[in-house]
Amino acid sequence: MAAIETFGLEKHYAVGFWKKRRKDALKPLTLEVREGEIFGYLGPNGAGKTTTLRLLMGLVYPSAGSARILGCDLFDRRMKAQIGFLPEQPYFYDHLTAFELLEYYAQLSGVAPKQRKRKVEAVLARVGMADSARTQLRKFSKGMLQRVGVAQAIVHDPKLVLLDEPMSGLDPIGRREVRDLIQQLKEEGKTIFFSTHILSDAETLCDRVAILHQGELRGLGVVADIAREVTGTVEVAWLGEAAQKAIEGLGGQIHGTADAFRAIVSLEKQEAAIDAIRRTNCRLVSVTPVRATLEDYFLAKLGATAHAPVETGVPR
Amino acid sequence: MSRIFAIAFNTFREAVRDRVLYNLVVFAVLIIGSSLLFGQISIGVEKLVLVNLGLTSISLFGIVIAIFIGIQMVSKEIERRTLYTVLAARPVSRWEFILGKEFGLIGTLAVNAFFMAVGFFAALFYLSHKFVHEDAYLLVALYFILLQFVLITSLALFFSTFSSPLMSSIFTFALFVIGTFAEDLRGFAAIAGGTAKVVITTLAYLVPNFAALNVITQVAHGVAVPARLVLLNSLYVLIYAGAITSAAVLVFQRRNLK
Repeated sequence: MAAIETFGLEKHYAVGFWKKRRKDALKPLTLEVREGEIFGYLGPNGAGKTTTLRLLMGLVYPSAGSARILGCDLFDRRMKAQIGFLPEQPYFYDHLTAFELLEYYAQLSGVAPKQRKRKVEAVLARVGMADSARTQLRKFSKGMLQRVGVAQAIVHDPKLVLLDEPMSGLDPIGRREVRDLIQQLKEEGKTIFFSTHILSDAETLCDRVAILHQGELRGLGVVADIAREVTGTVEVAWLGEAAQKAIEGLGGQIHGTADAFRAIVSLEKQEAAIDAIRRTNCRLVSVTPVRATLEDYFLAKLGATAHAPVETGVPR
Repeated sequence: MSRIFAIAFNTFREAVRDRVLYNLVVFAVLIIGSSLLFGQISIGVEKLVLVNLGLTSISLFGIVIAIFIGIQMVSKEIERRTLYTVLAARPVSRWEFILGKEFGLIGTLAVNAFFMAVGFFAALFYLSHKFVHEDAYLLVALYFILLQFVLITSLALFFSTFSSPLMSSIFTFALFVIGTFAEDLRGFAAIAGGTAKVVITTLAYLVPNFAALNVITQVAHGVAVPARLVLLNSLYVLIYAGAITSAAVLVFQRRNLK
């Protein structure tokens, strides 16, 4: 069973005061997120990531299309008890302490009264907030609120966790901790769907990613496959200044310190570059194929035309 | 039911921690000061003045709080996005959220009115040194004040589901003022003719009848409130507030929470 399925899900708004015009927040989206995977939902700001999450959470109604979560309708109560959600830049009831807030959410999620205290204490410890459990949220920093946000999303032990920009507002240590937490949740068998515009986070964590731009799905791929792809270029490294001019002539941009240099040249010019290094009596150190990064993939998809085919036939 | 209770309790706790009950201090000063003062200056009518002042204060303090909190109950949650974490991934329906908020505010107002009533009866005892049978009618007036709170809360909450706090406060306050003169409006309809009669009669029956819920002058003079009026007023508020709350749920149910 798929954790999330969307079928032509779309949302448009009427904007303007007198002359109403249509603004597409999300163009028809058909997507499947499998159980047990970490799925990255990538896109620049304003791409439609948050709109998709709000549609999936039933906060806004779709203009057309439909979606299912854990095999249930979007408004099915039984399903709602099995999902956790962290909104972007979350804001909570700041008159409550962290403990009270999580206890309140646990109660709303249907956690039995006898288990509530234990679950809340455990989740606070898990996000490193046990020492601040009895502090009112109005005294919390942005990073602390983000941790409480993650805690409220998992306090009821959901099967599927949806996180909207979970690393935003966190310092490098906090980001590392949230990354580790997401990884742990996957190991526990949960499905994670998270939106981000920070590609390094997605590259480290995700099994698969979807790329959204201007409300439209532009790409869908397995991160490991993307990283295996070669770009048709090689990085040549050598010792000695004499080869610089010849390699520049091959179109390679040279970076170097002291006597060590490296340049990226096209695959066709690889042999010519090696010859140039030997001819000038320099020492060849390495020739490495340059692999694609998620950033290359992301930028390529953002540059794609609106109706370019989207590869959805990735191996299962 | 436990979810509605949880939301109601959270609403109550928020009001208490936002120091809403501090108004009790102002009320205490007002009621103690006036009972001491009237004991000195008014002969024979000190009790009448105290009952009028006490009950009117309890009513007005509550109505101001109901409007002040009620108008931002939903809009503040949307603006601050606190309701995302309540409605998005919890088995909470939108109607449960609305009912929880409404019960929470009514509970806050009831607790507030309870403490005020204790203070009011204490001041009354200080002034009269005893309670008489007619003082039981004051409890009916207090009950009607609670019914006013239920009406005003449902109105404020209704406007809060689709309007800004400023506009909601204007709408709610305007309806409260018009409703206070509902009996006059009905009297005016009786003497009007033609289309005006139809329009005014419709308006008179549509606006919430706060006038019928005000028996302060009556009980201050020791006049009993008929049991029939208690029953009819209770039914009226139940139906009116129920209809307004249902409308609030309908509007909120259709809203895109952007």
